[in-house]
Amino acid sequence: MAESALARVTPPPVVDATAAAPAAVDAPVRIRTDKVTAMYGKFVAVKGVSLDFRAHRVHALIGPSGCGKSTFLRTLNRMHELSEGGWITGTVHLDGQDVYGDRVSVREVRRRIGMVFQKPTPFPTMSIRENVAAGLAVGAPRSRAETDEVVERALRQTALWDEVKDRLGASALGLSGGQQQRLCLARTLAPGPEVVLLDEPTASLDPIGTQRIEELLFELKRQVTIIIVTHNMQQAARVSDTTTYFYLGQMVETGATREIFTAPKHEQTEAYITGRFG
Amino acid sequence: MTAPSLRRAWSALMTGLTVLAVVAAVLPLLLILGNLVLQGAGNLSLDFFTREPVPAGETGGGVAHAVVGTLLMVGMASLIGLPIGILAGIHCAEYPGSRLTWVTRFVADVLNGTPSIVIGVFAWTWIVATQKHFSGFAGAAALAMLMIPMVLRTTEEMIKLVPHALREAALALGYTRWRTTLQVIVRTTLPGIVTGVLLAVARVAGETAPLLFTALGSQYLSTRLDEPMAALPLTVYQYATGPYEEWHRFAWGAALVLILVVFLLSLGARLALRRTPIGRG
Repeated sequence: MAESALARVTPPPVVDATAAAPAAVDAPVRIRTDKVTAMYGKFVAVKGVSLDFRAHRVHALIGPSGCGKSTFLRTLNRMHELSEGGWITGTVHLDGQDVYGDRVSVREVRRRIGMVFQKPTPFPTMSIRENVAAGLAVGAPRSRAETDEVVERALRQTALWDEVKDRLGASALGLSGGQQQRLCLARTLAPGPEVVLLDEPTASLDPIGTQRIEELLFELKRQVTIIIVTHNMQQAARVSDTTTYFYLGQMVETGATREIFTAPKHEQTEAYITGRFG
Repeated sequence: MTAPSLRRAWSALMTGLTVLAVVAAVLPLLLILGNLVLQGAGNLSLDFFTREPVPAGETGGGVAHAVVGTLLMVGMASLIGLPIGILAGIHCAEYPGSRLTWVTRFVADVLNGTPSIVIGVFAWTWIVATQKHFSGFAGAAALAMLMIPMVLRTTEEMIKLVPHALREAALALGYTRWRTTLQVIVRTTLPGIVTGVLLAVARVAGETAPLLFTALGSQYLSTRLDEPMAALPLTVYQYATGPYEEWHRFAWGAALVLILVVFLLSLGARLALRRTPIGRG
């Protein structure tokens, strides 16, 4: 099923997405990983990955299932260490600061690097408004008016405001899957993170829901740096400025999305993006 | 040829058997309820709940002493048992791999299967025998010991139903672990925990055996937990086996009240569970 979808990728459909992006070189590096190796107990899931993620870009991580791209993503905001036996070697720097440093608070890291998951995860007992405001509860105290303002801004950023402004007090479970996922994105954006990690955010959505999320990314990258893990190569080609190909826990190739999809340097990468395996 | 009709006949036979089994299962319950209502309802009056027993042989009076005793002891047992059971349940769900959790779970399962009279005997050795007198407090302690493993296991199971993704979503927002547990996990599963609590209360409210060696029972209305205390199940036992017609009528009434209490608590548990958000979305 996934294979047949991938087979249709050649040639890459939308390449001008990257062409429209500003020149990639001069933006500052927001996240830098140096020889990140991630393990579950003794099993090595990610081997020595060194990557730079520049600000205000959409970075796509692609590769077959089990290649370590999600695990790598989870090392960036220290979610990996919550997994059974999860630990890493190497370093991750956010704006030059070691995310795993002794004096760094994990919670602070996670507030600055937000995350959206594969399945929508609205908090079931909370209203739409409370869901968006959930992340503000652990930050600096805000007045009700300020909170309302932040909630509205986050909902507007995710194009959800017009759909839910009349029922902010209603349960978030009444929303459709696509709306729920955009709500989760709003919840992640509300505290004002610098980086947003998206772990296959459209995997459980229908094509319309998927399209809406993708459209949002173009707007959002003006404010945040986005790193997205995706199984869908058309999606990577459509939304990202840079693409990194993972295979068997290793980073095989990274570069501008246009180059990866038109002139990959490694045969591995080419085989994957042309759908010869996956 | 005959195959389809044979198959149909076989199907009808099996359906009939299952219906028969359902009737056999429900009939005793309906008979008990019907009998209780017939025999007991006529004895329920305001006096029944508000007046103390009169000396044997006289008519009138009520079982206020037992109603008060049951309320006090179940209330006291809940005060002791619920916080311990719920918190221990949260611990077991939060640290599923720890040795302490394994031991706790095992002990709770054993306690859940222990006949309640054994719990009563233990409460007698620990509290009654050392204090050298029966007391409502000893009864409450015995009931609490019954409640703890029940509440513990239901709390743990309910928390385990909360999808792992919710926990991750909260942690990814920068929530601390305790905040994640209380504001997201426990809050999400609160109706389930309430259900477990109500069922545990319903269960101990009707317990007789653990009270026989502890609260003992009493003929007087008393709110002192350091003295022997009456309870509805004890009153049913005592009055039903007593020699007077008046006592028998009171036993029926008290039995009906007990069943109604259990019925209402179970109904409340059902309603609470229906409010649970898990699995709805």
